Amino acid sequence: MKAVITVIGKDMVGILAKVSGTCADANANVVEVTQSILQDYFAMIMLIDIEHMTCGLEELKNKLEENVPSMEIHVMHEDIFNSMHRI
Amino acid sequence: MINMNDIMETITMIQEENLDIRTITMGISLLDCCDSDIDRSCQKVYDKIYRCAKDLVKTGEEIEKKYGIPIVNKRISVTPIAMLAGASGGDPVKYAKALDKAAKEIGVNFIGGYSALVQKGFSPGDKALIESIPRALEETDFVCSSVNVGSTKTGINMDAVKLMGGVVKEAAARTKDRQCIGAAKLVVFCNAPEDNPFMAGAFHGPGEPDCVINVGVSGPGVVRSALSKMPAEADLTEIADKIKKTAFKITRVGQLVGSEASQRLGVPFGIIDLSLAPTPAVGDSVAHILEEIGLEQCGTHGTTAALAMLNDAVKKGGVMASSNVGGLSGAFIPVSEDAGMIHAARDGVLSIEKLEAMTAVCSVGLDMIIIPGETPEETISAIIADEAAIGMVNSKTTAVRVIPAVGLAEGQELDFGGLLGNGPVMKLNTKSPAKMINRGGRIPAPLQSLKN
Repeated sequence: MKAVITVIGKDMVGILAKVSGTCADANANVVEVTQSILQDYFAMIMLIDIEHMTCGLEELKNKLEENVPSMEIHVMHEDIFNSMHRI
Repeated sequence: MINMNDIMETITMIQEENLDIRTITMGISLLDCCDSDIDRSCQKVYDKIYRCAKDLVKTGEEIEKKYGIPIVNKRISVTPIAMLAGASGGDPVKYAKALDKAAKEIGVNFIGGYSALVQKGFSPGDKALIESIPRALEETDFVCSSVNVGSTKTGINMDAVKLMGGVVKEAAARTKDRQCIGAAKLVVFCNAPEDNPFMAGAFHGPGEPDCVINVGVSGPGVVRSALSKMPAEADLTEIADKIKKTAFKITRVGQLVGSEASQRLGVPFGIIDLSLAPTPAVGDSVAHILEEIGLEQCGTHGTTAALAMLNDAVKKGGVMASSNVGGLSGAFIPVSEDAGMIHAARDGVLSIEKLEAMTAVCSVGLDMIIIPGETPEETISAIIADEAAIGMVNSKTTAVRVIPAVGLAEGQELDFGGLLGNGPVMKLNTKSPAKMINRGGRIPAPLQSLKN
């Protein structure tokens, strides 16, 4: 089982470190990361393995929002993307 | 990995274009709650609803969190109460109170099924229930009521049509200090679907299983936004194709949520109702889709054609995305719940006659239309009869949910607040249909019914 974390907002130092650190604390393995920066605008999509995660998706989202304030963060189960975009 | 653009598209749909699951509705059969003693019957009704649906709201919230998509409403529909009232006798409002209590206890925002199916005639339970509707809607908060007065197979029960004109008016009058909300919780149907998850017309038909999960998806904003990105020279075939693809994606989310809810609750998954259900929120309007297709304002000439195409394309896209499609499935055109419709009605561009034409090609009927408080009962009955005739002849569901705004005249506004929205009192034809309505009887089933 995997989930997708998206982080969008103004670029600053250490976003990736903080997000992956929070994932590590929750025992969620980072599988893949894509990030891009367009004119100070930071967008990151991270695929994580949640099979052995120690907390729920909601809790992870709350922790991320605490650790990386001022960014827009979504944590969603991958199934929603698979159902929507794949037949 | 899942494509980055796909991920961003989904998030934009949810965050900016108001994509949501409009409702998870649990249908519960109450046939096993029948008792010859009405108080015992009511207790059984309450107990069964509580037993089946106690985890509905919690489960809905968990799914919202897992997939990051809002599930706006969690609701319950039950067996038409007229069937239970027929068995027990007594005051049917007792059932309404039991339903209301169960809804409040469980935390759902509406419970539908204070209903009677009288397309061909009344049983004593039906009649008692219909007469009690205004009182039931006055004395409860969350109970919704519907009456099916006609079908393609049976024709139209004009005695019921006559009765309903008065019931609608009384429901509004009894709740006149609460924006006439009684009438907004009452739908008069022709060809009512038995698995519709949307309120106020949801009930759990007698042919349905004991307990079932039905899901209603929405997303007018997503469709409008997809169309706004099309080039101006795109032809209507391309537009229809785009609507289909968008409806497919929206419905897939509904399918996912429905299967998950059914699995978590241990209840079979019934159907997805693929409806474009607008809300008064900016960017969540069906009228704005029609305007995006190319009308200066909804209600002008061309509106019916644009709506017909939209309605059809939504179904074509949705059907492949779901294992079972049912309910109303199409585009809703409620006036007070749709920012674009409110605007068009206020400007006088959208008239009730045009709305009636639109109901011949969309999924439901005259919905959330505010009419003058002084409208005679017979005129309301005649509006119902016209709609039922359109439904009967075209083998489709039609419905009437009009709100006679007590004390208000044409051009003034009624504001319900919340999802029910607000709107101007619309102009009706003032010539009387009373003689025809008072004849009563039945309009015989049309030739279309003889398919065997």
